[in-house]
Amino acid sequence: MSITEQSATESLALLKQGELTSVELTQAYLDAINARDEQIGAFLRVDGEAALARAAEIDQRRQAGETLGELAGLPIAVKDVLCDSDERTTCASKMLEDFRPPYDSTVVAKLKAADAVLLGRTNMDEFAMGGSTENSAFKLTRNPWDLQRAPGGSSGGAAACVAGGLAPLSIGTDTGGSIRQPAGLCGVVGLKPTYGRVSRYGLVAFASSLDQVGPLASSVEDVALLLATIAGHDPQDSTSLDAPVPDYLATLNKPLDGLRLGVVREHFAEGLDAEVEASVREAIKVYESLGATVKEISLPHSKYAVATYYVIAPSEASSNLARYDGVHYGYRTDVAKMISDLDSERKELEETDDKEGLEKLDTPLVRMYRRTRDEAFGPEVKRRIMLGAYALSAGYYDAYYLKALKVRRLIRQDFDAAFAEVDLIASPVTAEPAFKIGQMADDPLAMYLVDLYTVSANLAGLPGISLPCGLSKSGLPIGLQLQAPPLAEEKLLRGAQMFQAHTDWHKNKPEG
Amino acid sequence: MAITRDDVEKVALLARLELSEAEIESLTTDLGQIVGYVDQLAEVDTDHVEPMAHAIELHNVFADDVVRPSLPREQALANAPSHNGKGYLVPPVLGD
Repeated sequence: MSITEQSATESLALLKQGELTSVELTQAYLDAINARDEQIGAFLRVDGEAALARAAEIDQRRQAGETLGELAGLPIAVKDVLCDSDERTTCASKMLEDFRPPYDSTVVAKLKAADAVLLGRTNMDEFAMGGSTENSAFKLTRNPWDLQRAPGGSSGGAAACVAGGLAPLSIGTDTGGSIRQPAGLCGVVGLKPTYGRVSRYGLVAFASSLDQVGPLASSVEDVALLLATIAGHDPQDSTSLDAPVPDYLATLNKPLDGLRLGVVREHFAEGLDAEVEASVREAIKVYESLGATVKEISLPHSKYAVATYYVIAPSEASSNLARYDGVHYGYRTDVAKMISDLDSERKELEETDDKEGLEKLDTPLVRMYRRTRDEAFGPEVKRRIMLGAYALSAGYYDAYYLKALKVRRLIRQDFDAAFAEVDLIASPVTAEPAFKIGQMADDPLAMYLVDLYTVSANLAGLPGISLPCGLSKSGLPIGLQLQAPPLAEEKLLRGAQMFQAHTDWHKNKPEG
Repeated sequence: MAITRDDVEKVALLARLELSEAEIESLTTDLGQIVGYVDQLAEVDTDHVEPMAHAIELHNVFADDVVRPSLPREQALANAPSHNGKGYLVPPVLGD
């Protein structure tokens, strides 16, 4: 077995025992990136030299007997949405193509403090808006299981690099499923923590009440290792939770005695692919064989989750993305050309004596904002900004935004009632395995509906994990999602580990 | 609620986007479809339901009022498309 096929936990043990150096391990992943990433396209940027220098420094400190951080020497990939003072942070947008953050996000600072080796930055849907990574302004990422298919998104690069053996650990973000969905479609493990479990400081905001940073890796154990490093209260993020972080690794292998597993009636409805349903039901049987009690439950408002999400998320996005104005940082349109265009427009209006047109004509500053944003945002980002601005505008606020916030509470109350009866909820991650690149290019609504099983956890603030539970006849991974009550990550990870300890689905790797 | 071209133009100004003709057209269709889908929320009975703006409803998170270093001006200006070392430069704000 090549060292890039080992789990992060196995590599970490070898590093600690002195049987492997971080330089060897880092070089092995850089070689894999060189060999395969031209096809996969998981990374936007890789700085091999910096990674090797960092690895060498950690090896030296280890040899000198220094106490090292908990991820010492392990390579890790970071989604290009978390600020890093040593790196550009582009959000896969032309708007931030040259943006160099003046500070580290808390998650990146924690990775550095844990002595991880930052390999590079992964591709994503622009500003994390999308479910296929096709909305990146810079490149296409392909699913390592089938290069004609999308890896999912928005953390498509983050999932594809783990699936393709290009990085053992990876950081993604999840606003409506953006960790769990690509993890499911790429056959890796991805966890969205409880809202507030991981600091959002320095995470470029998409929808602030929904965004959460989380780990992706090839096993539950590796995901637990990485979550333990990034979780915890941060005074820099007033929405981060001041609650102790349990020792996830210490309890990981203890099965959940008397586990009550909830299966949601509404999840097994029309539109669910037969192979996905069969695999998820098979996974539920595995739990039964391990002594779990399976209980059918109902989340009556779950059918409104996507509609609720596509009011709240774009509304928050339209407000958050107002900061991109071509003034403080980021792209700015060609001002001379813009002024000259505006002058010609004015002349034309004056010649035709169009008083209304003249009154409505943008000031140079407003036109600078508008043209800058039109030129630097991609179609999906504009669509969501427009949708959000519409839902928040006078006359529609009550019918859309306020209404959605009320339904959001009903969705959360459904979960509260369900978790009074069960410990974890099992479901599909997506209704179908990975879709073809371009398949939904002309149908934004169809793309939104892919989030059906994942958005509720963000609306309710719950933790959720996606793990491989099958392969379709055409050889594509199928994912199982488990969800838990707020701050029950420990239980969630133990529940997921029970499955992985008795099945081999997570050991399947794509060919190539 | 049907979305008209006029709605799209109005919202584009609110959102500070200069949309092309083609964009206005496709957004009129797309937003119409999406808003049509979202309209199903109207059927949910939300009388007496409090809006939920945040998943974890924290209130009054206080920080100690202590003086800390802030971002140096040079760094704050470093990513600006145009500045004069003291502040950001923008095109004329007032019309003539």
